Amino acid sequence: MSSNTDFLLAIEDLTVSFDGFKAVDSLNLYIEKDELRVIIGPNGAGKTTVLDMICGKTRPTGGSIKFKNQELVGMAEHRIVHEGVGRKFQTPSIYENLTVFENLEVSYPKGRTVLGCVRFKRTPDVLERIHKIAEEIALQDYLDVEGAFLSHGQKQWLEIGMLLMQEPELVMLDEPVAGMSPPEREQTAALIKRICKGRCIIVIEHDMDFVSRIAHKVTVLHLGKILAEGSMEEIRNNPKVVDVYLGH
Amino acid sequence: MKNVYSRIFGGKHNITSLVLLALLLLVVLPASLDIFRLNMVGKYLTYAFVALGLVMLWGKAGVLSLGQGVFFGLGGYCMAMFLKLEASDPISTKIQSTPGIPDFMDWNQITHLPAFWVPFKSLPFSLLAVFVVPTVVAFIVGLAMFKRRVGGVYFAVITQALALILSLGIDSRQGYTGGRNGITDLKTMWGWDIRTHHAQYILYFATAILLLISILFSQWLLSGKTGKMLLAMRDREDRVRFSGYDVSMFKVATFCFAAALSGLGGALFVLQVGFISPSLVGIVPSIEMVIFAAVGGRSSLYGAVYGTLLVNTGKSLFSETFPQLWLFAMGGLFIAVVVLFPDGLAGVFDLARKKLGPLIEKWRSKPIPVGLPGTVNGDQP
Repeated sequence: MSSNTDFLLAIEDLTVSFDGFKAVDSLNLYIEKDELRVIIGPNGAGKTTVLDMICGKTRPTGGSIKFKNQELVGMAEHRIVHEGVGRKFQTPSIYENLTVFENLEVSYPKGRTVLGCVRFKRTPDVLERIHKIAEEIALQDYLDVEGAFLSHGQKQWLEIGMLLMQEPELVMLDEPVAGMSPPEREQTAALIKRICKGRCIIVIEHDMDFVSRIAHKVTVLHLGKILAEGSMEEIRNNPKVVDVYLGH
Repeated sequence: MKNVYSRIFGGKHNITSLVLLALLLLVVLPASLDIFRLNMVGKYLTYAFVALGLVMLWGKAGVLSLGQGVFFGLGGYCMAMFLKLEASDPISTKIQSTPGIPDFMDWNQITHLPAFWVPFKSLPFSLLAVFVVPTVVAFIVGLAMFKRRVGGVYFAVITQALALILSLGIDSRQGYTGGRNGITDLKTMWGWDIRTHHAQYILYFATAILLLISILFSQWLLSGKTGKMLLAMRDREDRVRFSGYDVSMFKVATFCFAAALSGLGGALFVLQVGFISPSLVGIVPSIEMVIFAAVGGRSSLYGAVYGTLLVNTGKSLFSETFPQLWLFAMGGLFIAVVVLFPDGLAGVFDLARKKLGPLIEKWRSKPIPVGLPGTVNGDQP
């Protein structure tokens, strides 16, 4: 077993192969507390697969993922969430038949067992949290609207809000601004900057303007391996990265 | 406390539904039917418990089980075993070679009561078993299936197989279970003769009231966070999982709840009808129960009761005249409901309310309704 580290998330030698194809190949990735890391790379580089393995959706073929020095590989998905990992999916995953309020309420980290759920009550604490988060994601006027009637951008924000309800220490956002208008992108960048205080965030994104606005550090994945890692400036000027991804 | 009441009775619309159903079951039917027909309605109502469980499991949680007859049967057998033991006292069975054991055991050369029958001498144990046995079986099956994320068609097929296994199992162990004939000649419960008309009236009302209580309890569950969780799970199971919930346990719990309701229905069936046999446990009754729920509207608690009553009334009227055709009619009905009215009676009712509601309003608000030009069909308040 690998040694303990000071990193919040330490990924070592992580490998997964689908029918012999190595989607992620001996990946090492270390992320510190309070860091905002952006992962970029061409399609099929294995970005989403890495997030899938961290949150337990995909089982790695080998390697280790340590979160607060605790091994996540082999842990059930809901336990990983209990440890403090939150994940937003690429396509907005909200409950279309529930209202914004109920979407947030269901994400509140109490009453997660069957009996706890039956006994769950809307206490003032819950209400306060829901209103606070709704304001944070600019949906305070939409609390009674069903998820299905939100715009695409609002759905994305709602899903981020649902993650925030869980108070995770690690937030993983898979293409949070996909399909958003430029003003919405700006608002999302501001939102991500606000919420990154006191927690660590991993973002997968293609929009380079957006990346340069939020990233502390950028990791470039290519063919399941790390091609480069560093500040936005370093990445932009890295000839290998320019070659495979950023292009001309 | 106000909150609790509003959760149980759930809004004006639901109170109306409750009052209507209560009036129908507790006043209209007992006043208009003779005891023979009322007893038949009571029998149908015991199926409605299963349909209610299916609304929770299939309609709300999105898990279709084709083996709910198993739990109905288990509940029924638990009740029947107690009643059979009480009916087999040494005096009334003194002509047997071993007096004091059920007659079918004696016919099968069994000379002492099998160990698993002994606890059923106690009424409290048997009543508890009516709920516990189906729940435990559902828990084990549910855990094995849902933890491995078996769902959808596969789950339906496996529950169907379970129904076949149980009915064949009961059938083949005649000495222990009464075999194909089932457990018959049930007489008294703690000395109270359940065969009299008086007892049948009481049992009918007990069934109707327990059914109403079950509806209210289900409504209470659905109105809270549990209802939202079930909806969320049906909507986006993955999101629920990654919000920190063990989705499989919620499915297991719903399956257990549906099983317990079915068990209660089975016990009430035995009390009213006076026997139980493997033909009530197997595949056909299990699928019929699904049809009841589908016809009534698989996500409507009240719909399930009306669906059960309607299909069964149709069945008894139709099969009295055309016994051969009934199964075809039933199959046709099921296909028609699934294709044309996926939300069953409840869906048709909601649609009618939505379409006719404004019309009625308009008609009411007209100052002088002079010479209504051909009243709209069914537009009677």
